[in-house]
Amino acid sequence: MEERHQQELLHLLRQDCGSCHGLRLLGGLGPPLTATALQGKPKAYLESIIMHGMPEQAMPPWKGILSPEDVSWLVDRLLEGVAE
Amino acid sequence: MKPSFGRWLTKSATGLLLLTLLIAMGCANPRGTGDLGLVIERASGSLQVVENSNNVSLGGVTGLGDLSHAAAVFSRDGRYAFICGRDGGLSKVDLLTRQVVKRVMQSGNSIGGAISQDGRLLAVANYSPGGVRIFDSETLEMKWDIPAMGADGKLSKVVGLADVPGKSFIFSLFDAGEIWLLEVNEQKEPQIQKWRQVGAQPYDALITPDGRYYLAGLFGEDGIVLIDLWHPEQGPRRILQGYGRGNEKLPVYKMPHLRGWAMADQRIFLPSIGHHEVLVADVNSWKEVAHIPVHSQPVFAMVRPDKRQVWVNFAFPDNDTIQVIDVPTLKVVKQLRPGKGIMHMEFTPKGEEVWLSLRDENRIEVYRTDTFERVSTLPANAPSGIFFTSRAHKIGL
Repeated sequence: MEERHQQELLHLLRQDCGSCHGLRLLGGLGPPLTATALQGKPKAYLESIIMHGMPEQAMPPWKGILSPEDVSWLVDRLLEGVAE
Repeated sequence: MKPSFGRWLTKSATGLLLLTLLIAMGCANPRGTGDLGLVIERASGSLQVVENSNNVSLGGVTGLGDLSHAAAVFSRDGRYAFICGRDGGLSKVDLLTRQVVKRVMQSGNSIGGAISQDGRLLAVANYSPGGVRIFDSETLEMKWDIPAMGADGKLSKVVGLADVPGKSFIFSLFDAGEIWLLEVNEQKEPQIQKWRQVGAQPYDALITPDGRYYLAGLFGEDGIVLIDLWHPEQGPRRILQGYGRGNEKLPVYKMPHLRGWAMADQRIFLPSIGHHEVLVADVNSWKEVAHIPVHSQPVFAMVRPDKRQVWVNFAFPDNDTIQVIDVPTLKVVKQLRPGKGIMHMEFTPKGEEVWLSLRDENRIEVYRTDTFERVSTLPANAPSGIFFTSRAHKIGL
């Protein structure tokens, strides 16, 4: 994945996911997305939530905006701890 | 004789020196704060003090922590701003000296604040731990802690906090679906009136500019909860029920904000959640007057101070666009594309200009509201909220 696209994804993660999860992903209306908070959650489960959302919660589906590759890359970053 | 003369000399010399200093300081830059405001730079935890007479930045203030979703309220003398940050920090900033004069870490995670009718108390709404904390606005000393324990026995995230004339504050519990009216004063323990089961997931709320009606938007269902604070005994009632009219609700990439002051011409303008519409209701009957089709999902619908126009911005990924609704005809009369990441709009006190924050373009744009011409551009680091001191004297802001 191109460096520029990675930067765009990180920007989206902090700014737009950050609307609910906090700019530092420490939580807000949505839960925290720190490596500790996500510990033990399977990658496929997290990818599925991002792609399809959680209809009863405030989590929207991101399919149509993010590709499966984008989501896979973002989940890897989250699991390794991209939050400050 | 000698010592006391010496003392007199020392005293008067000190007094004279102090007086000279005070005069020098006072004369250096005496000014009011009525045309001042601040711009939140959320990525860098800083803000800019700005002036809307000449559209300039007067300087920056740093060290404010995590400012994602930061909101500001003002002291009634218009000199101090109170900033609630996402990291739970509460800061008091002097707009004249551009210093953080006090800062406390008041919770884990906060969402917004309100200042009381008399300006003495500051309330902060918290997500975690869910509740409201009340501070002395002079010292930032915490006076009361009100955990938002819903009927379900769990702490709830608090949203839609506003000041209420004659009482103190009102707010909504997102998880529990409740609205609480709080009365606090020095004489007695806080009194809370609680309305349970008002609706699913109130996500934000507003109080009308006259302080009479509290309206909470629901995320979990199509509808708005209304409380008439002149008649709280009548309890909450539902308005604009099912405003989506069976249309499939679209994914919501950003929660709308309701504190837009969008009351004009006996009508209230509200962003619809999950639909590309601005809802309009009559404020006497609370019946729906119109759905105005707009560019995308609205975030803010803000009325110009003279009430003639409503300016609307939109959620991701359409947050590069602004539309302007003409109040008498209920039509979109102008569409602008100022740039990417428009987070907030703030009108000058009488509304001849509007400031827009373009988060993803690192700048502030100022437009005339009559000709829609861009008149100024100011650099800013990922700007989000813009707050002018004219808010200091308005109920609910």
